[in-house]
Parts: sequence; C-alpha cells; structure tokens
Amino acid sequence: MSLTHLGSLMRGVRSVDQVGVEERAAALAKRSIKKASKLWALDLAIRCIDLTTLEGADTPGKVTALCAKGVRPQPGDASIPSVAAICVYPSLVATAVAHLRGSGVRVASVATAFPSGQSFTSIKVAETREALAAGADEIDMVIDRGAFLSGDYQRVYDEIGSVKEACGSTPLKVILETGELGTYDNVRRASILAMAAGADFIKTSTGKITPAATLPVSVVMMECIRDFSRETGKQIGFKPAGGIRTSKQAIAYLVVLYETLGPDWMTPERFRLGASSLLNDILMQIQKERSGAYQGADYFSVD
Amino acid sequence: MAIAKRPSTEMRERRFEYAAAPEATDHLKIADSYSLFIGGRFVEPHSRRRFATVNPATGQTLSEVAEADDADVDRAVTAAADAFRSWSRLSGAKRARHIFRLSRLMQERARELAVLETMDGGKPIKESRDVDVPLAAAHFFYYAGWADKLEWAFPNRRPRPLGVAGQVIPWNFPLLMLAWKIAPALAAGNTVVLKPAETTPLSALAFADICQQADLPPGVVNILTGAGSTGASLVGHPDVRKVAFTGSTEVGKEIQRATAGSGKHLTLELGGKAANIVFEDAPLDQAIEGIVNGIYFNQGHVCCAGSRLLVQESILEPLLAKLKSRLGTLRVGDPLDKNTDVGAINSRAQLEKIEGLVNSGIEEGAEIYQPACDLPERGYWFRPTIFTNVAQSYRIAREEIFGPVLSVLTFRTPDEAVEKANNTPYGLSAGVWTDKGSRILWLAERMRAGVVWANTFNRFDPTSPFGGYKESGFGREGGLHGLAAYVELD
Repeated sequence: MSLTHLGSLMRGVRSVDQVGVEERAAALAKRSIKKASKLWALDLAIRCIDLTTLEGADTPGKVTALCAKGVRPQPGDASIPSVAAICVYPSLVATAVAHLRGSGVRVASVATAFPSGQSFTSIKVAETREALAAGADEIDMVIDRGAFLSGDYQRVYDEIGSVKEACGSTPLKVILETGELGTYDNVRRASILAMAAGADFIKTSTGKITPAATLPVSVVMMECIRDFSRETGKQIGFKPAGGIRTSKQAIAYLVVLYETLGPDWMTPERFRLGASSLLNDILMQIQKERSGAYQGADYFSVD
Repeated sequence: MAIAKRPSTEMRERRFEYAAAPEATDHLKIADSYSLFIGGRFVEPHSRRRFATVNPATGQTLSEVAEADDADVDRAVTAAADAFRSWSRLSGAKRARHIFRLSRLMQERARELAVLETMDGGKPIKESRDVDVPLAAAHFFYYAGWADKLEWAFPNRRPRPLGVAGQVIPWNFPLLMLAWKIAPALAAGNTVVLKPAETTPLSALAFADICQQADLPPGVVNILTGAGSTGASLVGHPDVRKVAFTGSTEVGKEIQRATAGSGKHLTLELGGKAANIVFEDAPLDQAIEGIVNGIYFNQGHVCCAGSRLLVQESILEPLLAKLKSRLGTLRVGDPLDKNTDVGAINSRAQLEKIEGLVNSGIEEGAEIYQPACDLPERGYWFRPTIFTNVAQSYRIAREEIFGPVLSVLTFRTPDEAVEKANNTPYGLSAGVWTDKGSRILWLAERMRAGVVWANTFNRFDPTSPFGGYKESGFGREGGLHGLAAYVELD
C-alpha cells in the first residue's frame, strides 16, 4: 500500500469512546452462563487454548511436558479435548513438533524479536523463516510499537507484510501489545493496520506487559474484525493473551466473541486464548459442573 | 451402511445457547393482600375495595392492593400533617439519621426489592438490580447528607419546609421515582403522602415495611395505593402544600388545572420525545450501544428515552447496518432471567397503545424493522422495533410511544439537527454523539431540553438535576435544584 493510501486509511479510522466501550465490556461480563452452556463454553475454551510457555528458563524437558498436557489435558478422560496449539520460542519448536506429531495439536512459535520487537526487519524475517523451517504451524509476531507510536505506520505495515510473505499460507498472528499503545483509538488503528497488512489473527499481548489482555480492548479489536469482515469479506481471527487465568474470564471472552462476532467465530480457526494456568482451572470447573463438588488442585497435573 | 462418526472439532455446534439463569424468588414473601400505610401502620381501606396487581410477564395476579378513597386520602394527609409538626422541628442531623437508615435498609434488602420490581413491572432483573435499586438507595444517601446543611444549601435565605407533600409517581421506575420524591422531601423537613402507580404498587409497599423497620416516626411517610381517582383526590386535598407528579403530559395538565390558584407548590415531570443526534465523526460502535440503551432500556418505558434518532445522512447506511445486527443480539424474554435485555411491556393497556402507534407508522409510510426473536406465549411483549424513512410529520416522530420503538430521521448540517431536534412539543432530554468537544457545547447551548447527554444516554445521578422544558413539565429533581422544590425561601 502506498504512503498516501495508508495515511488516509489511518486517518479514516473511527474513534472509540473509552467510557462507552468499558461499559459495554462490563455489561457483557455480567452475563450469567450456567449448566449446559457453561460446559459447552469450557469445552470450546480448551479447544481454543494456545497453551504457552515463553520463559528464558524454558528447556526441552519443560516443553515436552507441556506438549503431553496439551494433547491430553485430563488423562483417563477422553471427553476432554486437546488444546489448539502449543506456543513456544523458536528454539524449542523442533522439540514441540517431535512430541505433537499426529496429535492434531499445532505448534505456534513466537518470532520477530519477541517480546519487544526491537530488532532489524531482516532479522525478524530470518527468525520467522527459521521457525517455519523447524516445523512451526503458526507464527505469532509482534508489531514494532516504537514505529507505531512515532507515527511510522508504513514501517509497521511493511514489516507485517514481509513477515506474512515469509509465512506464505502459514497463519500469522499479529501481536499489537495493546498495553503499550495507550489508547483505544490506537488499538483500533493498529488492528486495522495489521489486518490490512495481511494478519490472519490479531492478538492483544505478549503477556510480558501489564496490562495484558483486557475485555474492553478485546471489544474494540473484535469490532474492528467485524468491520473488516463487512468491508472485505475476510474473517480475521482474534486471540486475547496474557492474564486470562480463570474459567470465568475465559467465558467472558467467549460471551464478548459471541455477541460481537457471532457463531462463525466460535471455533479455534478464528479464536484462540493465549494462556498457561487457565487450562487447569477449566478442568477443575468441568469436574465441579459434572460432579457438583470441587476437586483439589493435586488431582490435576501441573503441566 | 452409515458409520457413526465421533464429532470432529469442525462438527461441533457453534451456537452459544445461554442456559436459563433465573434469579431466585423463593426469598420473596408477597402477601395475598395489602392495606394502606397510614400513620406508620397498615390499615384497612375505608373504601373496602381492592384491586389486583399483575405480573406482566406471565399475566398472573401477584397480590391485591387497597384502593384508597377520599376518606382514606383525608386520613393519610391528616396523619402526615400531624407528623409534620414534630418532623419539621427535628434537628437536621436527626432527620439525616432516619434517612440514612432508610437507604441502608434499601441496600440490605436490595435483592428482594429488585425481584419485586421486576415481577410487578416486567423490567429485566439486570436493570432493577444494577440501576433502579442502587440509584434509589443513592438518592436517599445523597439527600440525607443535605438534611443538616440546608442553611448552606440556600445561604441567607432561611429555608423552611412546606408541609405535607402529595406525590404521584408512574409505573416505569416505581422505586426510583419514589426515591426521587420522598428523599428530598424528608431531608427538607416535609412529610409525604405518596401514591404509586396502579400497575406497580408492590415496591412502594415494601418501602412502607422498610419505614416501619427503620422506626421512622409514624406519619412521616404514608403510602396510598389506588388508581387515577385516588391521585386526583390527593392532589386536590386542601392540606397538601406541595404536589409532585411524574407521569403523562395529559394528567400533568389536569393536575396543573386542579392546583391553579390553590397556592400549592407544583413540579411536573412529564413525557418526552428525545432526539438522539449522531454526527458523522461519532464513535460509531459506542453510539450504537447508546442508541440501544436510549430506546430499549426498560422496554422504552422511559420518559427521557431517545426515541427519535437523528443521524447525519453520510453515515446512515453503516449505522443502520450495525444497529440492525445489534438488535439481533438483544435477548427478549423472562424478565427474571439474568441474561434478559428487554423484558415485558408493563400492561395490556400500554401494549395496545404501542401497537396502535406502530400501526400508524406503517400506515403513514415508514419502513418497519424488527429482529426475528421468539416471544413468550403469555404476558405482554413487543419486539424491539426500528422505523426508517420517517418524516418529521409522522405521529411516530411526534408522539410519545413509551415503548421499544425507534424512529430514525436524518439531517445534513448541525443547524438542521438542532432545528429538527427542537421541533417537538416536548423538551425533556437529548443526546449528542460526536468526537468534537466544541460541537457538543455548541449543540447543548441550543437544545431546548432539560438534560443533554454527550456520548452517552440514560445516565442518572442523585447530584444531577433532571426535568423538562415545554410539555415535558417544570421543576427539577435531583441535586440542589431538587431540594429547592421542597423548601420555602426568603
């Protein structure tokens, strides 16, 4: 896209009213999801989880354990589905691939100098290619927030484009790191920029910054996806990540998803939850819903 | 041979069916019949007559309440006049203590009051729980704070209470309107006789119980249930010094006629036909929420509802597309279900009025849109409705419908928006949606409306005065202005 086109696209982005969007999110969070609908939502939540470990201390052993957990979250209970993907650093992609072969669980790799994104475009593209070569099924990239906040939308746009080009048909999730963008107007602008540049998913956060995913930010991003779908016919996915630890939170995201984007998005193809500790809380809630009693934490494997 | 397959991920159902989430009602005790609350006690009506109050969502009778006649009104006003002598001389701090106690008890009994309000009136439990009851308690808290500060509220003007206030309230926000009426009256040292609406008397009777529980001196608050004739008798009673009415413009005019020349103080909060004005630079997604909240909140039974949507022509198409799809997500049904967005129409009479006006809109040539949604078989219901291609001259653009019906009109320039918005006999409220702060101020200056909301709608606060221009009435409720209506000043 040329400079002038991109400029007019960004100028044409509608504003967001902060009070209004926060009220809307709070209202949706009050939906009461019980019994059968709760079990349905929790099942979907598991199927949409990108089970994540992104630590400097990650080792093949840690990733191997996480893969086992992701494939069979509750050993001995076949009714519990696998998660959507295991999300790791590029250097651990090969380990994850080896342990997930044939399981249906995908391997997602962060790339592009995650989490800060402060590196050279050539290195970011090269990192993406390496992750793909190692067998990653999906790429989670970060945008260059420095460039975005300085108004250099073209650089952000071009960089997403280059990474998408390296990905080819591999799904690309673009992390906006909304906790660093400061305003909902910026979230909206960055969402549209990322989708126009070729994102298959837009994702809230790296999980390394507070605040990470919030419900109002998710409302804004989903409204952008809805507008983009109406104008282009393309159905872009959404991934909130970071800080989602409880079933109640996960259900709130699904409610917002359902009432903003509708049933077409209630699938791991268009919705993911980036999380780690969430999974066990969901398992615990499912047990409780089925048996009427809570089970102790020791009855669920840590990973 | 058919082979049963395990459902694959793709095959799983994508529709999110919310299971029924009804608010419990087992904690609620509704008596088979209620008497009148006069002089701190429940007493049999002189009339010996009672009438049924119905749950509009099911059509079932909830209870029977007394119908007060002239003799009952006289008893109640006499009790209030007797109580006035001591209540008005009580120190402000002591009055405040009583009013604070009322508000605390309302909070303690919030769940009971919310369920009662929803069962008797048909409004969604999420609204009675999150709006009506908390705001009603907040009004008592707010005015309790003024009770010992009247000298500072009206410096050098020697504020004095008026005497007995006769108050008549509507069925759309029964408990909240009770709070708007009673709280400032008591804070200023007046005593009251209040008549709740015929179709929604139960929360006022629960409030009477709270008055007993709070040891409020007998006669300070009296509650008379009844119909129009009870209200007329109360308003006309010679010992009533102040009349406060919220309701229809038609009845408001009758009351003004009846009180003319009597020396009674009068405030009227009447109908409305508010314009909700959306400019092309508005935050569109939030404006959609504001439009929905403006007209479908409480089934549109709101005097300040944003029933006329004025949209800048350049964004009509995307706005309507978004609005229509948003209407599809509104959950209409059992008011007691915590996920219900739009509840039952308050009464059969109101439903018939809405249907009549909607038919007139179709006949006059407007285009109707209603989302596909199942309505319960029993009770009174009306689908959220949008009318497009509405001309300023149509009845649906001029008359108050008091139902979930939105009329959409367009404008080209800010001047035209102001002209159209003000072109109504009413003037209660208005809304403006724009990203431009200067335009908000420019427009607010020109609107002939008591309240102008900017980038929001239907927001209330005890500190903020509320009231109308023109046929929407006069006087203000809420804030210091609301207190002024209950004091005599030098």
